[in-house]
Amino acid sequence: MTALVPLVVILPLLGAAGALIAGRHTRLQRLVTVAALVAVLAVSVALLIEVDRQGALVMTVGGWEPPFGISLVVDRLSALMLIISAIVLLAVLVFSVGQGMADGDDETPVSIYHPTYMVLAAGVFNAFIAGDLFNLYVGFEILLVASYVLITLGGTGARIRAGVTYIIVSLVSSVLFLAAIALIYGALGTVNIAHISLRMQDLPSDIQLILHVMLLIAFGIKAAVFPLSFWLPDSYPTAPAPVTAVFAGLLTKVGVYAIIRTETILFADSDINEALMVVSLLTMVVGILGAVAQADIKRLLSFTLVSHIGYMIFGIAMGTVAGVGATIFYIVHHITVQTTLFLAAGLVERQGGSTSINRLGGLLRSAPVIAVLFFIPALNLGGIPPFSGFIGKLALFRAGAETPDVLIWVVIAGGTLTSLLTLYALARVWNMAFWRQESEVETYQSSLLDQLSEAPGPAQQQESRNSPALMTWSTAGMVAVTVSLTIFAGPLYGVSARAGENLGNPRTYTSLVFPNVVDESQIDVSEGSGQP
Amino acid sequence: MTASLTLVIVMAVLYATGVYLLLERSLTRVLLGFLLVANATSLLLLIMAGPDGLAPVLDNGTEISQIADPLPQVFVLTAIVITFGVSAFLMALIYRSWRLSKADEVIDDAEDLAIAQRDANVEAELLDPDHQDQEVDHLDELSAAHDLAETGEEEKQ
Repeated sequence: MTALVPLVVILPLLGAAGALIAGRHTRLQRLVTVAALVAVLAVSVALLIEVDRQGALVMTVGGWEPPFGISLVVDRLSALMLIISAIVLLAVLVFSVGQGMADGDDETPVSIYHPTYMVLAAGVFNAFIAGDLFNLYVGFEILLVASYVLITLGGTGARIRAGVTYIIVSLVSSVLFLAAIALIYGALGTVNIAHISLRMQDLPSDIQLILHVMLLIAFGIKAAVFPLSFWLPDSYPTAPAPVTAVFAGLLTKVGVYAIIRTETILFADSDINEALMVVSLLTMVVGILGAVAQADIKRLLSFTLVSHIGYMIFGIAMGTVAGVGATIFYIVHHITVQTTLFLAAGLVERQGGSTSINRLGGLLRSAPVIAVLFFIPALNLGGIPPFSGFIGKLALFRAGAETPDVLIWVVIAGGTLTSLLTLYALARVWNMAFWRQESEVETYQSSLLDQLSEAPGPAQQQESRNSPALMTWSTAGMVAVTVSLTIFAGPLYGVSARAGENLGNPRTYTSLVFPNVVDESQIDVSEGSGQP
Repeated sequence: MTASLTLVIVMAVLYATGVYLLLERSLTRVLLGFLLVANATSLLLLIMAGPDGLAPVLDNGTEISQIADPLPQVFVLTAIVITFGVSAFLMALIYRSWRLSKADEVIDDAEDLAIAQRDANVEAELLDPDHQDQEVDHLDELSAAHDLAETGEEEKQ
């Protein structure tokens, strides 16, 4: 079964190569990329079933034993992330194929878009299975470079402006990450995550803290955690709709995933949970206040994205098994629901010609299908029972309530407020864009709309375009996935909780990579022991 | 662990100049700043490799204690390749930005401008490059007002 592990990176890269070779044969390209992602999805399902049965799969690349060779580790957390990102990537790819068929190549030029998209997928999958820090860095770089291309696709003025901010911020975080790897190697002489975890306890606690904070800042920029989240609402909304959807769903979560690994395995002893707790509260509240002030649906959703990262940081900051388990469930919920909302916003933009709630109206009558496709994930994100957003938040709050601590109760209160404000912002979108009559739009007066800020740049009212069936169906498929998260919440929560238990003790992880090793000194690093 | 002082100083200077350039407005300088910071990080990796030594090739008679640590060199090679690709992309981006706006700068964020306007109550002239003269006048006014306020405060004291 370990032979399946590298396939999740190889298949998308082969898909990218195939899409490049297929060149101008648009249909062949689409076929190749969709087939590659379907294959990855099948492999991830097999991995999750296998991993949930036996705990984890470890693949040593080229037969070089760790800590010399690169090890690829798939535990329950990795497998869960692989499967959910494969679903999201596939749905968004189908959405963009539909868009490309309807509009021609303007928004998503197939010859560039498909290969880059597959490289992005390979980077995301690589980050999830990386067993050493440098491989994680390479995974990050693969997905970032692909995202640079996707976010500036077409090279219009607005995208170049947004892209410059995004790219420079990402570069700074990459350089920080690399410098942190250099310092960790200098301090510990290894980059293998399990090996670092074994050796870390020998370091003085102040050096541990420096390394810890450097890694957290690098990952915090990628995950858009509050003081480092300024770039996100500025850069995501300008990209093409499918690109924004996949970025919103996956890229920040890769950062959150890296933070989970940092907190639970690398620096299990070094404790900065209180600082993380404060940061999570600020991320939630500041993010959602930004969302409340926006008139543009895509910008509003970008702010809610930042805000809900706070919930995940909250779960990690608890530092308990239950907290991490609830966070993993919340990540799965948030990836799917945020992507779905952005896809629905893409459909709204086509139907109404705008994404500003000041100019939209009457969509419930003119496009009832889109209304349903927007309404369900909106309620879900706002945390209305019985949807998975409610279950995820409830699980987080219950895990938090186990620890009697004033700070945790403050964050829980902040989280409840954030949830209500999310509902408020999304309900306003519903009222204005869907419920309001189209004839009312011109003369509409409401104190709800007075203080809203529009997207920067000249307002563009486009013609209303019909959405091809493929776009609607892929969005509907994603809505079905979000609903099924509620229906199958029991098994899913079970897997998340078991994944959290895996991470509860770092020794569980290290014993996967170094079976039969209890103590760090048992690892033989002398000459020749790493021969394949 | 032993480290070469020269390398440490060079790294520190590269980081300092690189960060300074990254904070500039001109995109070309930002690119140069990125290159400097990336090279400084490569040097950091090399410094972390410990003392220098023979080429890490194990043939007959080479003591393992004499060779240099090869792993950070591999990291540096990977980092150089990534930096190379990213800087090529950045150059294309800068060229595109220059073609679009004829300015080698980070383009103003319209929202930032709006907020600045709201705060200072400045009219649209700042947005319009044709009103350069008025803008200068306006800045003069601002600085004059500032001077006035300062002198006023001094008098109060």
